Amino acid sequence: MEDEILLMKGNEAIAHAAIRCGCDGYFGYPITPQSEVLETLAAEKPWETTGMVVVQAESEVAAINMVYGGGCVGKRVMTSSSSPGVALMQEGITYMAGAEIPGLIINVQRGGPGLGTIQPSQGDYFQSTRGGGNGDYNVIVLAPASVQEMADFVDLSFELAFRYRNPVIMLSDGVIGQMMEKVTLPPIKPRRTDEEVREQCPWASTGKRGRGKNIMTSLELDPAIMEQHNLHLQAKYKEIREREVRFEEYQAEDADFLVVAFGSAARIAQKAIELCRQKGLHVGMLRPITLWPFPTKEIVRLASRVRGILSVEINAGQMVEDIILAVQGRVPVRQYGRMGGMVFTPEEIVGEIEKFNV
Amino acid sequence: MKNEIIIAGFGGQGVLSMGKILAYAALFEAKEVTWMPSYGPEQRGGTANVTVIVSDEPISSPILSQFDVAVILNQPSLDKFEPALKPGGTLIYDPYGISTPPQRSDLRIYTISAMDKAAEMDNVRAFNMLVLGGLLEVCPVSSTENVLRALHKTLPERHHHLIPLNEEALAMGRELIAKV
Repeated sequence: MEDEILLMKGNEAIAHAAIRCGCDGYFGYPITPQSEVLETLAAEKPWETTGMVVVQAESEVAAINMVYGGGCVGKRVMTSSSSPGVALMQEGITYMAGAEIPGLIINVQRGGPGLGTIQPSQGDYFQSTRGGGNGDYNVIVLAPASVQEMADFVDLSFELAFRYRNPVIMLSDGVIGQMMEKVTLPPIKPRRTDEEVREQCPWASTGKRGRGKNIMTSLELDPAIMEQHNLHLQAKYKEIREREVRFEEYQAEDADFLVVAFGSAARIAQKAIELCRQKGLHVGMLRPITLWPFPTKEIVRLASRVRGILSVEINAGQMVEDIILAVQGRVPVRQYGRMGGMVFTPEEIVGEIEKFNV
Repeated sequence: MKNEIIIAGFGGQGVLSMGKILAYAALFEAKEVTWMPSYGPEQRGGTANVTVIVSDEPISSPILSQFDVAVILNQPSLDKFEPALKPGGTLIYDPYGISTPPQRSDLRIYTISAMDKAAEMDNVRAFNMLVLGGLLEVCPVSSTENVLRALHKTLPERHHHLIPLNEEALAMGRELIAKV
């Protein structure tokens, strides 16, 4: 069974991966286009096998605070939702960042703003990478571009969340959530025992037993102490920026024109590049896998060799700001996007590249 | 070898499940495959479609605007997807309810009267398997054996007693499809 190649939706892959990678709890509230995560967990009944808890919360606000609670006691816990639901969770996420509580939040994005549509979008790039809540904080953001990455990034997210005691967001969208493709599920990893949690998470609230209190809070009334805490957080973010940047390149080495795209947009852009190459255009792609930390250095490296950069995003132009910050005017940078649940075709992107290239 | 296929019709005609069976059959053929549904309120009585890509190579975009094969089950879908076929592409349609037949002369066009046949069989549920049989006859992306494996995989266990009927409908669809 373990190496069997299966066909499933991205949302289903998340649920199976969570059960297999030793997730302790899932808390969520249904919303299209990600409801299959909770549906699959309910059908699989992991509480009867691994002991993983699955709760349909009364709201997204409740769900994120359940994640806060689970993370406080060192459990690998997660939630998933779609854009308006994740907007509701922002208070919980900034509290987690402030109190340094690990946890996984999955956003299968849909069109916005507001309640918007149920079709795919990447309009929550700013919400995820800039911190949708208050204060100076960052969340590690992973952007899966395939059903396989939906499965693989669940365990990776938990590893990163606990390594840095920080929330992690998987920023997906309705395309990757709803599409079916081949997937090999990750190997089975048992849930951590109470002893393992005590050993690996000495900061967690696991029962005092001879040590001092572990208080998990983001509140500190003394501003001088709070500034020190902020400096500690910033030092941690610097370390994450130095160590955790992930990206993938497609035909970028001989390219004189660069497309930057993430998630489902990168899949569509890849097809556009195939079409461009057939026309003899030397176009390549950089696909950021971590949106925060952003692959700034790699963009700077590639920018020195290309005539222009096109940011292809299913939004009005969000990641393009990070690209402009990276290249500092060295090459022209433009953005192409669709909004509100509409998704571009490969041919549309080819047209934009040709327009830019003249 | 790559086949970029769109299947389009009314919600409730079994468009998505037809695509799912096709996708599983391709998986059993050890091909790369993506299945991308149109999802949303338009499925409720409106049009529904699914893009299935079957390829020997890894697949980039699951979303396309041009197709090798279109399986068309109502007039709005014909209007929408006839222009989206690549030159030399294959168009399969059920003439039932079609008032304006396809106009292009650069396509391989087939009809499959599956609505009428299903009514004659007194089994509307055989409809999508008749169509799938016709598709496989002119676009052989999978062996019959693997389509049957796919049926086992996608049909809930409580419906497995219907597999012989589906098998029969698949075979009948292969006979039913006719070149225009």
